[in-house]
Amino acid sequence: MREMTFTNAAREGLTEEMARDPSIFVVGEGIGARGGNFNTTTGLYELYGPERLRDTPISERGFTGLCTGAAMTGARPVVDFMFLDFLLDGMGELINQTAKIQYMSDGRVPMPIVFRGSIGIVGASATHHSGNYYPIFTHLPGFRVVVPTTPRDAKGLLKTAIRSDDPVFFLEHKALLNSKGPVPEEEYLIPFGQAEIRLAGSDATVVAIAAMVNRTLEACAELAGEGIAVEVIDPRTLAPLDIDTILESVHKTGRLLIVDEDFAPSGIGAEIAAQVMALAFNDLDAPIARLNGVHTPTPYSPSLEAAVIPNTKRIVEAIRDLLAE
Amino acid sequence: MESTTTHALSDNPGELGTLPDKQVLLALYRTMVVIRRTEEQLAKAYLSGLIHGACHTYIGEEAVATGVCAHLRIDDAIFSTHRGHGHALAKGVTPRELMAELFGRVTGCSHGRGGSMHLFAPEVGLMGTSGIVGPSMLMAAGAGYSFKLLKTDRVGVAFFGDGAVNNGAFHEGINMASIWDLPVIFVCENNMYATEVPFASATRNTDVAARGAIYGLPGIAVDGNDVLAVWHAAAEAVRRARAGEGPTLLECRTYRTRSHSEGMRDAGYRTREEVDEWRTRDPITTFRRHVLADGHVITDELARIDAEVEELATDALAFAQNSPWPDPATAADHIFSAK
Ligand SMILES: Cc1ncc(C[n+]2csc(CCOP(=O)(O)OP(=O)(O)O)c2C)c(N)n1
Ligand SMILES: [Mg+2]
Repeated sequence: MREMTFTNAAREGLTEEMARDPSIFVVGEGIGARGGNFNTTTGLYELYGPERLRDTPISERGFTGLCTGAAMTGARPVVDFMFLDFLLDGMGELINQTAKIQYMSDGRVPMPIVFRGSIGIVGASATHHSGNYYPIFTHLPGFRVVVPTTPRDAKGLLKTAIRSDDPVFFLEHKALLNSKGPVPEEEYLIPFGQAEIRLAGSDATVVAIAAMVNRTLEACAELAGEGIAVEVIDPRTLAPLDIDTILESVHKTGRLLIVDEDFAPSGIGAEIAAQVMALAFNDLDAPIARLNGVHTPTPYSPSLEAAVIPNTKRIVEAIRDLLAE
Repeated sequence: MESTTTHALSDNPGELGTLPDKQVLLALYRTMVVIRRTEEQLAKAYLSGLIHGACHTYIGEEAVATGVCAHLRIDDAIFSTHRGHGHALAKGVTPRELMAELFGRVTGCSHGRGGSMHLFAPEVGLMGTSGIVGPSMLMAAGAGYSFKLLKTDRVGVAFFGDGAVNNGAFHEGINMASIWDLPVIFVCENNMYATEVPFASATRNTDVAARGAIYGLPGIAVDGNDVLAVWHAAAEAVRRARAGEGPTLLECRTYRTRSHSEGMRDAGYRTREEVDEWRTRDPITTFRRHVLADGHVITDELARIDAEVEELATDALAFAQNSPWPDPATAADHIFSAK
């Protein structure tokens, strides 16, 4: 199978969808002729012109609200925030309008809108260009939250996001953007709510989020040398969350660790842990463990930055600790 | 760039152009009366505890929604405010559906999910009233974006108060609509107060229409108690939008003669004299006087409308009271699309 980068695969998905449906348009800063800060739209302006590749003023709140209105009236906007941190200016629109209108209209007004942006700590991005934020959105009724980790998933999930009539956050971890992987030639979509088992094993289950999937796979490769077989689950979408795949795995392994670069308090790991305890308490042979990024604004200096992100070594330790319980 | 035109406020309705034909005059009158009578029922119902949440009436401001919506088609989209009963009725929501919604019944336009500040009737282009001040301007700009992208001649309309003029949504929404020539009408209902805060203390320059020049779009000020002045100005704004000539900012200077919200005190921030003075400029009585004096319509024609609307409002009350409650089992339906 051909290999592509995460970004190129996602862009191929966007291109195919835009060719299929003329009501799709993209807004963002520098997503027109420039092709996007992260090449999310390279080449599309030449194909579809300024109305469908709309460069905006630096009005994040404004275009969040504008695209919400557009989604209510027949268009299918893709809002490209470049860095997800910039979306915070539009929070009132997102939470009070975008998330609630399908409900308030009792299902009569659709909300087909995608919010995409880069997340995650990478390369001294410091605190205004590195947030993850997904638990804010999984907490709220009305949002879908997608965190793809492979090029194949990036493409298939973006196509599903664009075809969805719900507001979808499509969150792209910066550490993954240039990673390469196989992408099928033929058309495919990946449904929401289906986790992927990235590595099969029977000694412990690790649910890893976004860039932590690859870190965890590295850790597991190390442990495999010692005969430790870990099962690694990539949820791919956090809302809806495929809890069944996690439960099946825990039934088999009896042990669960959640690895997440984002903060522990009120985070996605807390939610997964609560659900597993409620639904499979008797399957557990050890307390559920979490390994998270440090609960702090992101520091800049490489030495500080490295201290706040879970790395392979810490993941190995966390798995050993879990097995020792 | 077009220059800003600010019409002098006129005491003489109709001065701004020729009178519309009689059917239009009667329709404008009827819409204003429908809003007035329905809201009088609502105010009474509020006192009897039939309305469970907030109720901001539009009494005194009926000419604005009426004059603007008279030019809109069912497929045009309006985005409204916390004071949205008038917009809903003028756009085609029935008094029954409005009243039932405030009573929390399943027959209400939002099926009991919204109440006064979340009225939805997409079937007639009411894309929501709002409990949040500001977003109507952004969402109407978005409707304009859709309508342009989809190559239709539909228009988006934002209603908003003077209180929203100092919100960032005003700046961002109007600016984007202007740079992209979106088919949008921004209708500011300047009633001089945001709750109890005088507009004059919220901004140094109270001339909202003049702000159009900043964004390079026409800013028009009209007497918002004069339905014909609103009607004429809105005609041009809607024409411009449909013709692809871009958005218009329309400032309608008006006044609410009841308290900010039913059940709220209405003293200490404005004088009785001021309220009384505005009552003499009531949009329905002045219009009535004007069209009768000019002989355009006769008393009987207006009386027939009065009687018919009275009946409509009474019927709406009975309908709302007798309507069933929503099924509790549906409380979390439609958070997501079925798709
Ligand atoms: C963002 C936001 N802030 C505050 C409020 C509370 N609030 C409701 S109505 C209102 C005054 C609005 O004044 P204006 O826009 O002039 O409308 P009017 O009530 O005069 O019609 C305020 C402050 C709100 N609903 N939303
Ligand atoms: Mg006001």
